[in-house]
Amino acid sequence: MATSVSNVRSETLRTLPDDNVRQILWRFAERYDLQMLVQSAREVARGPVARLVAEGQRANHDWTDKKAELLDAFDQSGITAVFMDPEQGGYIAGPKNLALALIAFELAWVDAGAATCSLAGCLALAPIHERGTPEQRAHYMALAVPPAPGEDRVAWRGAFCLTEPIPYVGVDTGMLSGKLRVSKWKKGDDPLLQVEKRGRFITNMGFANFVTAAVDSGDPRIKGSCMVIIEEGDPGVYDRGTPTRKLVHQLSSTCDPIFNVFVPASRIVGGYTVKDGIIIPNYSHSEVIEAVFKRTRVTVALMTSAKLLSAVEPVIRYQRGRFRGSEQAKPGSLRYEMGIQQRQDALHRLAGLWAIGEAGASLGFAAARLYDELDPLEREKASILSGKDIHGGKTELKFFREVNKSAMEVVRQENSGQTNSACYTDLKADPLVQFALKDAVANVLCPAAKLWNTGTGSNAMREALSLMGGYGITEDCPGFLAYKWMDSQLEATYEGPEAVQRRNLSVTMTSELFLAQFRQWILEMREVAGKRPGTGACSIATAMQLWLWTYQHLQSATDADGGALYQSARQGVTFPLADALCWLLAARQFILDVVELETKGPEHPVLAEGLPGTLSFFTDLCHIQAARSAGEVGRICAELVFGYNRHPAWDEEGYKGCYRSDELDSLEGLIPGISSCASDVVGEDGSHPVKAGPCASCKGLEGFQRIRTKLDGCLTGAQLAKDRAAEAIAKVMIPEALDYPR
Amino acid sequence: MNQLFHIVVCASVVPDPLQTLEPVTGANGPSLKNEMMLPAILDPWAAHALYEGANLARQIAGSKLWLVSLAPKAKLQQVMMTAAQKVPLQLVAVDGPCGGFVDAHQTAALLAAAIRKIPELDFSRLLLFGGWESASRSAGVTLQLIGEELGIVDQFQGVDAIKPQDDGSFEVLERIEGARHQVSVCTGPPAVLGWATGSLGEPRNDPQVGMANMRSIMPALQRATAGTIAPDGLQYSNVAAPKQQRQTQIVKDKPADEIAREIVQWITQE
Ligand SMILES: Cc1cc2nc3c(=O)[nH]c(=O)nc-3n(C[C@H](O)[C@H](O)[C@H](O)COP(=O)(O)OP(=O)(O)OC[C@H]3O[C@@H](n4cnc5c(N)ncnc54)[C@H](O)[C@@H]3O)c2cc1C
Repeated sequence: MATSVSNVRSETLRTLPDDNVRQILWRFAERYDLQMLVQSAREVARGPVARLVAEGQRANHDWTDKKAELLDAFDQSGITAVFMDPEQGGYIAGPKNLALALIAFELAWVDAGAATCSLAGCLALAPIHERGTPEQRAHYMALAVPPAPGEDRVAWRGAFCLTEPIPYVGVDTGMLSGKLRVSKWKKGDDPLLQVEKRGRFITNMGFANFVTAAVDSGDPRIKGSCMVIIEEGDPGVYDRGTPTRKLVHQLSSTCDPIFNVFVPASRIVGGYTVKDGIIIPNYSHSEVIEAVFKRTRVTVALMTSAKLLSAVEPVIRYQRGRFRGSEQAKPGSLRYEMGIQQRQDALHRLAGLWAIGEAGASLGFAAARLYDELDPLEREKASILSGKDIHGGKTELKFFREVNKSAMEVVRQENSGQTNSACYTDLKADPLVQFALKDAVANVLCPAAKLWNTGTGSNAMREALSLMGGYGITEDCPGFLAYKWMDSQLEATYEGPEAVQRRNLSVTMTSELFLAQFRQWILEMREVAGKRPGTGACSIATAMQLWLWTYQHLQSATDADGGALYQSARQGVTFPLADALCWLLAARQFILDVVELETKGPEHPVLAEGLPGTLSFFTDLCHIQAARSAGEVGRICAELVFGYNRHPAWDEEGYKGCYRSDELDSLEGLIPGISSCASDVVGEDGSHPVKAGPCASCKGLEGFQRIRTKLDGCLTGAQLAKDRAAEAIAKVMIPEALDYPR
Repeated sequence: MNQLFHIVVCASVVPDPLQTLEPVTGANGPSLKNEMMLPAILDPWAAHALYEGANLARQIAGSKLWLVSLAPKAKLQQVMMTAAQKVPLQLVAVDGPCGGFVDAHQTAALLAAAIRKIPELDFSRLLLFGGWESASRSAGVTLQLIGEELGIVDQFQGVDAIKPQDDGSFEVLERIEGARHQVSVCTGPPAVLGWATGSLGEPRNDPQVGMANMRSIMPALQRATAGTIAPDGLQYSNVAAPKQQRQTQIVKDKPADEIAREIVQWITQE
């Protein structure tokens, strides 16, 4: 890695990266439970799932008996039980974010609809898992866990019902039409509630036995909104509704259900209290969905990255074999051996999309791991706060103002190298401080992964298809690439479309705690670059500086009419800036993962042989991704910094910044050659150069220009890295055939 | 009354057959290109033996099952992430080379030594299971040699079924030429059974079984003794992958019998 500035590489990628490489990159080399889970999920994906796709089960949107067989496959392979703790019938102890992310990755490698089908069950349980009462958790987890051998029971399946028919819940989850009313309430008894809810696009609804539904109060005796559990068999209407005529994720079931049922108030997720004769749910629907989505969105993000990475092998095989069998391409000839890979563009584009897939996977898995760290801290936080009688709301915000100060102090001491003091050690060990630091990052990484992996991933997926020519857009395309492309649009849409993620980011990325850690990452990237210049980490560091400069500038800058720029209504400012940040986060995490591979790889006996080649290739991919990201960030930031200023015109105001020709003549006597430097010269007759107006002044923006110029220079060597990666792709050994359908 | 069996399954790992398997000759003789880096699986023939062995052990109370494997430890560990999910087993690992070009005699000696060292193994109840050949080179000698090392004279190859009888004997179905089976009755263990495919499907992965197995598999891998195999004068004069040919004809409405006849003719030409 260290020698990568030179263009000579003796070792190159020998085989496609295998599980050993992935386990190190995504940090589960020590987790045998997860390694087994991966194999198990893979078997289902490449067996039953792939066979359903190959048999044409994606041709319609109905939930068929054949598709339903998937549910058994999920149960029998341990996929369903992953969500449960061992005492609930599961087999993985502790947080499950990384485990669920790996399942999503493996299933989506073949078909993201299958992944959705499996994960929607977890999504239904998630409100109960995150915010349910202990009784609700125990009850529904036990119902949903697949029966043990010999146990005579059918596992319950769930659906999560938030979205409503137009004009209600979509991107905006605040305007609920679903209503909760008191039906009967005898003194001293649990009230009986009536739930009226219509859903739209609800996954798993074709077979769900229970539903967690978001509803608002339709009764003065209930305060605010909540989530409520509905069961098939509750008195009233439990109508699964018509299947959604969707064109994507056909291996999952989606319907528009209608509910009008009567349930006991104990079904309110998280319970309730009664005050002055009013039922007050302990959690509003938005509090529940916030806790749920911040975890489940990460798994969705990984689906698109999995598909992108899954495209690499079929594309290489197609490219290489394209002319084999023709009279003109004799074995041994370049045309026979390399096929389309003789052409540079085919290789360069594949390298580019491969890098995007890797960076997305790195970002997604990093977010999943972070939630695994955060989960126990969050529980600890909750118990500390409850000990202090703080239960959310303003008091919690106020309390955390102090915690955040301590967290900022930790960052400050780390930056100034004062990590030996007792004060630092104490603060760093404080679970609340740890929570605050990690939470600030997680709040950015989750929407970033959801937004970038699915959005950019979807665009890259289109390009992957194009590398297969016409074959790419047929049902016969190996790897089902066309389906995967189409499907990625759903990944970018459900659980909050891109606008939602951008909106989240535009808030969470302004957190001082996040920004303080972001500043640390700039130094970290420079350090990585010092030891491993070939990764492109230096360009990422500079691009991060440029982003930060832009962010700070936009906080106080105004547009040409004096309007503030960084404000929630100005999505034209905040959204692109959020996009730019995502490119940085993904590229950074990819680099960090490759550094991990470099560190841990040599200890691995199986990897050692091919490691130099693998590292060299991954280093080049990092560089490609870093350069692409730097380019995107440069473009976006420049548009934002300059784009809101009004361009000077050829008018009185504009002339003020120009030389007049007579003035320049006299100056020429004093400073010979000045005329050749001055571009904006106005003649005595008012004539001026043919262009939009005098060049815009960059006053106050010199800092930006300095960094931007530096950033352009940082791209040095990036194309050489691309050439090397392309060469590696042309030589890498691939399997004889795709391993699915099996 | 059935009597319990102590079933030892010998199985190694082979590269996933979908991978490009390209023989190359290096300083230490022939091997496959990038062999160490290719994803591996449990040798399919021996895997059948494992599933049949586990099925037998499940049927006869008190029976035990061990999987004995000579393979590079780290490769074996990866394969165990799948294999261990299939059936309950105890692993005995020997850390050493495996593959199509490793001397079968020395391999057999190492495996026999490892089997002898299994503390709870009752030799008089031993059924030594394995593949009648291996997907690495199909030489089909290793299991027979282990049996000989252990002094087991009742050997069956190409086995597709074992049926234990009430008197402690068992019936074995062996493949013979002409797509037929030979039925033998063996009075009792010890015996060697080199399995063909058997009749059981591959069990589904079950991470719960895997997690239970892992408790003993990880320590077994850590304890694995190193097994060395000396060059010992073994030489291969030529190695090559079987040739592939593609001859396409476009025909319409040809009766299936005629197509079959042509294919047979084409195969017998070779
Ligand atoms: C196959 C499928 C399965 C689904 N499964 C489920 C499920 O199981 N449970 C469930 O509850 N829901 C589910 N959904 C619903 C999904 O979450 C919603 O479709 C999604 O949240 C978007 O809502 P909408 O379609 O109403 O889009 P709209 O709200 O109409 O938004 C359309 C577009 O308008 C723009 N836009 C809207 N608001 C803003 C804003 N504030 N700022 C900027 N731009 C904006 C964005 O470009 C947005 O993409 C599913 C959807 C599909 C298609």
